[in-house]
Amino acid sequence: MEKTIHITLKIWRQKGPQAKGAFETYQLNDISIDSSFLEMLDILNERLISEKKEPIVFDHDCREGICGMCSLYINGHPHGPDEDVTTCQLHMRKFKDGETIIVEPWRSRGFPVIKDLMVDRSAFDKIIQAGGFISVTTGGVPDANAIPISKEKADEAMDAASCIGCGACVAACKNGSAMLFVAAKVSQLALLPQGKMEASSRAKAMVAKMDELGFGNCTNTGACESECPKNVSISHIARLNREFLKAKFKD
Amino acid sequence: MTQINSKIPQGPLAQKWSNYKASQKLVNPANKRRLDIIVVGTGLAGASAAASLGELGFNVLNFCIQDSPRRAHSIAAQGGINAAKNYPNDGDSVFRLFYDTIKGGDYRAREANVYRLAEVSNSIIDQCVAQGVPFAREYGGLLDNRSFGGAQVSRTFYAKGQTGQQLLLGAYSALSRQISKGSVKLHTRYEMMDIVVIDGKARGIIARNLRTGRLERFFGHAVVIATGGYGNTFFLSTNAMGSNGSAAMQCFRKGAYFANPCYAQIHPTCIPVHGEFQSKLTLMSESLRNDGRIWVPKKKEDAEAIRAGKMKPNQIPEDERDYYLERRYPTFGNLVPRDVASRAAKERCDAGYGVGATGLAVYLDFSEVINRLGRDVVEARYGNLFQMYNKIVDEDPYETPMMIYPAMHYTMGGIWVDYECMTSIEGLFAIGEANFSDHGANRLGASALMQGLADGYFVLPYTIQNYLADEIRTPRMSTELAEFAETEGAVQSRIQKIMAVKGNRSVDSIHKQLGLIMWDFVGMSRTKESLQKALDAIIQVKHEFWTNVFIPGESEDLNVELEKALRVSDFIEIGELMARDALHREESCGGHFRLEYQTGDGEALRDDENFSYVACWKYEGDGKEPSLLKEPLIYESVHMQQRNYK
Ligand SMILES: Cc1cc2nc3c(=O)[nH]c(=O)nc-3n(C[C@H](O)[C@H](O)[C@H](O)COP(=O)(O)OP(=O)(O)OC[C@H]3O[C@@H](n4cnc5c(N)ncnc54)[C@H](O)[C@@H]3O)c2cc1C
Ligand code: SF4
Ligand code: FES
Repeated sequence: MEKTIHITLKIWRQKGPQAKGAFETYQLNDISIDSSFLEMLDILNERLISEKKEPIVFDHDCREGICGMCSLYINGHPHGPDEDVTTCQLHMRKFKDGETIIVEPWRSRGFPVIKDLMVDRSAFDKIIQAGGFISVTTGGVPDANAIPISKEKADEAMDAASCIGCGACVAACKNGSAMLFVAAKVSQLALLPQGKMEASSRAKAMVAKMDELGFGNCTNTGACESECPKNVSISHIARLNREFLKAKFKD
Repeated sequence: MTQINSKIPQGPLAQKWSNYKASQKLVNPANKRRLDIIVVGTGLAGASAAASLGELGFNVLNFCIQDSPRRAHSIAAQGGINAAKNYPNDGDSVFRLFYDTIKGGDYRAREANVYRLAEVSNSIIDQCVAQGVPFAREYGGLLDNRSFGGAQVSRTFYAKGQTGQQLLLGAYSALSRQISKGSVKLHTRYEMMDIVVIDGKARGIIARNLRTGRLERFFGHAVVIATGGYGNTFFLSTNAMGSNGSAAMQCFRKGAYFANPCYAQIHPTCIPVHGEFQSKLTLMSESLRNDGRIWVPKKKEDAEAIRAGKMKPNQIPEDERDYYLERRYPTFGNLVPRDVASRAAKERCDAGYGVGATGLAVYLDFSEVINRLGRDVVEARYGNLFQMYNKIVDEDPYETPMMIYPAMHYTMGGIWVDYECMTSIEGLFAIGEANFSDHGANRLGASALMQGLADGYFVLPYTIQNYLADEIRTPRMSTELAEFAETEGAVQSRIQKIMAVKGNRSVDSIHKQLGLIMWDFVGMSRTKESLQKALDAIIQVKHEFWTNVFIPGESEDLNVELEKALRVSDFIEIGELMARDALHREESCGGHFRLEYQTGDGEALRDDENFSYVACWKYEGDGKEPSLLKEPLIYESVHMQQRNYK
């Protein structure tokens, strides 16, 4: 037999960016523990629609933990209580029968609320636009095997590049800092010979943009790393700091 | 009758692309700045095209539904990307990649396009490495390769199980660079609602700002559609929730041909359906078939015991297991193409050997490779996939075999394009999964990423100039023109019509109903009867939608239900088109399997004499049957034969 649970949800509802939001309470019964958290919200939304009410708005797309579109601050944790997963990969088996679950949007100066649980994360795109790339154009590049890269370095770059840009690190941080996100990109590209050339100017430009967009300072609390669904390590922040210092030196 | 002109260049196959480039028209730098190009979509195809066109100096407007270009569905591709580098020295070449793709597509793709694809494949890998894509490497520091289905060489480049993510982030970084330079203007959370055609040429789009719900008008000297595939017609698929076929249908209704809609790919290795509330299906990458072995119990009693929960797979001894792919296809074994693997799984489950609670699952077993190479090696190769499986199914695939079953995955059909990626509407281009061009009736693994990036980096930036060279005297047009107003008006009335239904059904419930019809009657095996049934049932769904859907909220506001409803209204039409196409194609080929047409041992039986063509469907008006045009497929360099993977 399929196992089911009863839950109470307290969900943040907010009509628009300027509107005042508030929690609303919903009771949901007989939720299969095999359903995902977002499928549970789908069920609730189906119910709201059948009552001719507006469904709860939340971001999501791939539903397999890779696009970084889903968010949600669940019971005090970005992406909820499970380890190393995004909200879309969180399953109801992680909750107890009778539990009350509190669901909020990412709360941070850098990510204003659009509606209900949906926030605006375009600041992340702007940070990448400030320098999160290697300046090559299409065509005229060397053969892919022309520059060997040690497996160790390539793997480390890959780990940094696993960042899905979800923003959980910012949501988890009491300062609302985007350091882990920025460091992941700076570090990935600094580790590769192709990206070395611009490493310090990149670090400088991205950090400056981050500050400009209203993200806070990093005080090394480590909250970002422990809530990151992709296990991006804070050791990348150390590498970012090194590149940043190099840039300052040059100035 | 309208003649289809695919504009294939003259000359021997291997020289066609060079000949084309040598004689095509180009636009000089000063004129490029005066030309606007709209690119709809930021997946591999759209992002690479927008970035490359921006680099060239065109003025690009780029759109996507998501809140960031980096979240396009391409991000979810797992396994890898093909190229004919022949780094492993195992006999690969441009010709072999071309040949495998043509054969894999069951001889239903255009030779010249596929050859060009194979030809530019190597440049893609070079480009991505230069962008900082961290592909997997060997200890010596050079790039590593793995094998994918339908090939006997290792030509697939990969970045863990996250290849699509890394390639898209590469394209996204190139795109971001152009955005910072001002050559590309980005519009996120915008959804294209229609194209604007002026004097027979595509001149712009109407898009809905998803945050405000308002319609906005955009002009372009040319419009590029890179909106991905229509697999979500089936409701349950491996596609992202927002993937849709609406842009393709908008083009279709404006006169662009829709080619081969029935060619859809059912992927053999997905996590089986578990419940009614299920919202999507999760793929387990084809790369797993490199090391995993697929089996079901040899004895029906064992399968029954497993289904009843009385027996575990590990209790079944080696000689009681039926490794049916290795048995039926000794040469390719577990690496047969997807259509073949999917049908074989269905055959075993239909015959009563399926496992899992529903009996609709087979095992993908890693015990042999774990014993041979150790858990660490397997973890390094597939760690993220194993974790994903564990989180969903709550079982550890290192300990017990995975359960998998086929699911809707990819659409080979799409907007018809000529050799230049231009649709049958002048100035309207289609690239990536949205077009029909390169995969015939079945796509090989790791070839979609290759095609998307080939189109965006290396094909369209050339071919679009051949068109735009004649447009340099066309000034930017005002969006106040009557054609813009009329198109916007038509979109507005479609939206109001949906809002006004005020019925009792949610969009999802109707979409699910459509999905079941598609899966049951237009799915892995089709018959004349099933397809006729589908057509009848879809008409009912359509009626249900337009008389009983309910959309809460306002149209001029952020309204997710309205977004979904607009997409579902198009899925219904696509479903109908798929069934119609499948019904007319009285043969089996690749992903299109008609039970009436099979060989003695259950393989797809083509009818080259009568069906060696691209089926191009032309819109004839609302509620009217579309008409069929045929583009003959002429093979000059390969000899058509019955596919054989034995
Ligand atoms: C789970 C999974 C794994 C896969 N693995 C592989 C693999 O290993 N190798 C491989 O080769 N292929 C793989 N594929 C297939 C491959 O990922 C896709 O075919 C390919 O990424 C499609 O790219 P695209 O750029 O054409 O479209 P998409 O990536 O689908 O992008 C579509 C874009 O269009 C936008 N859009 C859509 N409609 C509109 C509209 N109306 N208005 C505005 N914007 C719109 C979207 O926002 C998005 O930006 C996989 C597919 C899936 C589902
Ligand atoms: S570093 Fe982690 S938490 Fe932050 S955006 Fe990237 S994946 Fe999300
Ligand atoms: S929906 Fe894509 S990561 Fe959650």
